[in-house]
Amino acid sequence: MIKNTGSKFIAWIDERYDLSPIRNLLQHKKVPAHKHSLWYYMGGVTLFLFLVQLFTGILLLLYYRPGEDSAYESVRFIITEVRFGWLIRNVHSWSANLLVFFAFVHMFSVFFSKAYEKPRELTWVTGFIILVFTLAFGFSGYLLPWNELAFFATKVGTDIVGVVPIIGEPLKTFLRGGEDVTGATLSRFFGIHVAILPAIFTVFLGLHLLFIQQQGMHEPDHFKNLPEEKKKYIPFFPDFALKDLLLWIVVFNLLIFLSLYFPWELGNKAEAFASAPAGIKPEWYFMFMFQSLKFLPAHILFLEGELVGVLFFGVAGFFWMIIPYIKIKNKPNWKIQPLTLIGIIVVAFIVIMTVVGYLI
Amino acid sequence: MKKIFINLSIYAFPFFFLLSSVNAQKTAATGNRNSEEDQCYKCHKEIELLPADFLESDVHRHAALSCSSCHGGDPSSDDQEIAMSPKKGYVGVPKRKDIPKFCGKCHSNINIMRVYQPRIATDQVEQYYTSAHGKKLLAGDQNVAECASCHSAHSILPAKDPRSSVYALNVPNTCNKCHGNLEFMKNYKIPTNQLEEYSKSVHGIALLKNKDVSAPACNDCHGNHGATPPGVKSISHVCGTCHVTNYEYFNATKISKIFEQKGIHGCEQCHGNHSVQKPNDEMIGIGKESTCIECHTTGDSGYAVSQKIYSSLIHLKNKFDEANAKYLEVRQKGMNDIEIGFQLQDAKQALIQSRTLVHTFDSSRVSEKTVKGVEFSEKASALAQIEIDEYYTRRNGFALATLIFLVFIVALYFKIKDSEKKRS
Repeated sequence: MIKNTGSKFIAWIDERYDLSPIRNLLQHKKVPAHKHSLWYYMGGVTLFLFLVQLFTGILLLLYYRPGEDSAYESVRFIITEVRFGWLIRNVHSWSANLLVFFAFVHMFSVFFSKAYEKPRELTWVTGFIILVFTLAFGFSGYLLPWNELAFFATKVGTDIVGVVPIIGEPLKTFLRGGEDVTGATLSRFFGIHVAILPAIFTVFLGLHLLFIQQQGMHEPDHFKNLPEEKKKYIPFFPDFALKDLLLWIVVFNLLIFLSLYFPWELGNKAEAFASAPAGIKPEWYFMFMFQSLKFLPAHILFLEGELVGVLFFGVAGFFWMIIPYIKIKNKPNWKIQPLTLIGIIVVAFIVIMTVVGYLI
Repeated sequence: MKKIFINLSIYAFPFFFLLSSVNAQKTAATGNRNSEEDQCYKCHKEIELLPADFLESDVHRHAALSCSSCHGGDPSSDDQEIAMSPKKGYVGVPKRKDIPKFCGKCHSNINIMRVYQPRIATDQVEQYYTSAHGKKLLAGDQNVAECASCHSAHSILPAKDPRSSVYALNVPNTCNKCHGNLEFMKNYKIPTNQLEEYSKSVHGIALLKNKDVSAPACNDCHGNHGATPPGVKSISHVCGTCHVTNYEYFNATKISKIFEQKGIHGCEQCHGNHSVQKPNDEMIGIGKESTCIECHTTGDSGYAVSQKIYSSLIHLKNKFDEANAKYLEVRQKGMNDIEIGFQLQDAKQALIQSRTLVHTFDSSRVSEKTVKGVEFSEKASALAQIEIDEYYTRRNGFALATLIFLVFIVALYFKIKDSEKKRS
């Protein structure tokens, strides 16, 4: 009965809007099956977590009230009084963190399998831009509960922006909505978090997904070099989609588990005149940059150490984004190729600096 | 002007604590001598004849006063005959009976003292002669405490200096030097175990163990310069300087008048004096530890009132403890404790007020307050129970959700396997 109604509805739409391209895509799209196929699922998990963010974010918007006198109180209201508010807020916080984590995993899996190479250069570039916006989501969202830790972390974070030459100071003032982190910063971050970033993010995410659908999954070298008869594929629909769904359910269950057993503390309300509490740390995904800046000396040659650090990360980030356009010759004698080596160094640097940041 | 400063006494009371900060300025203004110019200090140091208790950081020395400021003489001369000549005003070591007046030459003169501290009191000597010590000294008793007994002679420090013998933490031991000496006190028929008792009391523990300088030391109840045992009438005033509400309640009762008539010390009768302990609810009622039954017996109205007050207090205390235990459980479980905390605060406030109202000896007033406290406690308990239930509901919900997800996962797994089988 339901199946019939569904079929009739699709036929009704098909008659008017011609669904054959979608049907063809679903029928013919194939995903290579090999020993590294697991990494194909990382992008899907990241997308799923973004959808969770979207859904829980909209729900939080129903009760969240930006403002120096209302932000903290409204978040406290959400987690104490609103039915399932605690769950929604915790899932939003945990999902944000897992989203960044899986985005990094996805990015490095693409990097090490060289999936960014021609013809997928723009998929890589849009993906990198999405990652930057994801971090911006994290940074802007962190302040919204208006608690002590977030307040001082934002202060430190925006101070770092201020060291960029020429545009640093105006950008800092623009982000803060004035000289200091105040209620104006909160309103601004709220606007950026719920309107500006989602709008831009959606465009780049749309492009990213469009490129993937258009070009299909990347085949790594070891798979490409196999004789045609040995190449195995699985249909995107339903096999790959079902496996994706299975993983999403596992991740969703994990999210609820984390939210229940490790809820995010709200802490104390931000107080501009209070002294900074001990142990001010940025969110974990900024820790490697924060820790690196701390290690730099006050001055390097004629430049401030912090400025050198910020410029380094800016330039490094730019080169990372345009890596599909950089030609580095392979060394036949090397066991590990130069680009892979760079990737390993980058991962090791991020992991070590993050760990050191939490240990010191 | 010069004469005034020559007469400044080195025996002083601890009101010079601001001296050090304005030391140099005043030295210039008053013409006092520094160590190099002061021949008294120079010679006595050379021949190693400085007083045994001499302290370089003594408050008077710190203010650049010379030995001659108290003892007279000419500090500018290095000739002993001239410097210590009575013609030059040399008075030497004062007799014990003269010490209060000796110090009072400056300390009772506001014109001198205001130079060092504009708001300083100058009635110490006057107060001293009203004290038990002062009266006995006037009567010729050479053993009683005078200024130097407590403040020392040549190592006087401001009362706020932790090294000072009259710093709050040191006062009990300073008094005990004489009052704990059995030999010394036997002529006065005064017990010598006050410090021992005080050390175990709620006040003594706060001051000596917890180093809470706001807790009362000997002088806070007995006075310092006018030290005297509090009388029947004054004892509740003494306690009431800190325990204001208790004093007001007690003072308005009929019992306080009867106590006064019978010569019974108000607060001390139930709480004791030096060994005063943290009060507990068992002091009320008709139990073994009750202080009420020391006077009241079965059948009299006081006995019944005491029983009623005790019942109300204990009822509230039990309800409060029960609510507090649940509150702690809620906190330990990481659940929402904000509103419970507010209710408990009100309940605790009511419990404290009820305990204070005991001093009205009016069971209806006490029970009026305990009823309110019980309401707050019960509300807190109910809220806590909701949170505890919610805690388990969430976990059960998660278990159920996980089970449903697991069913989904298993179903999907078989569906995928089925699809793979069909394809192959």
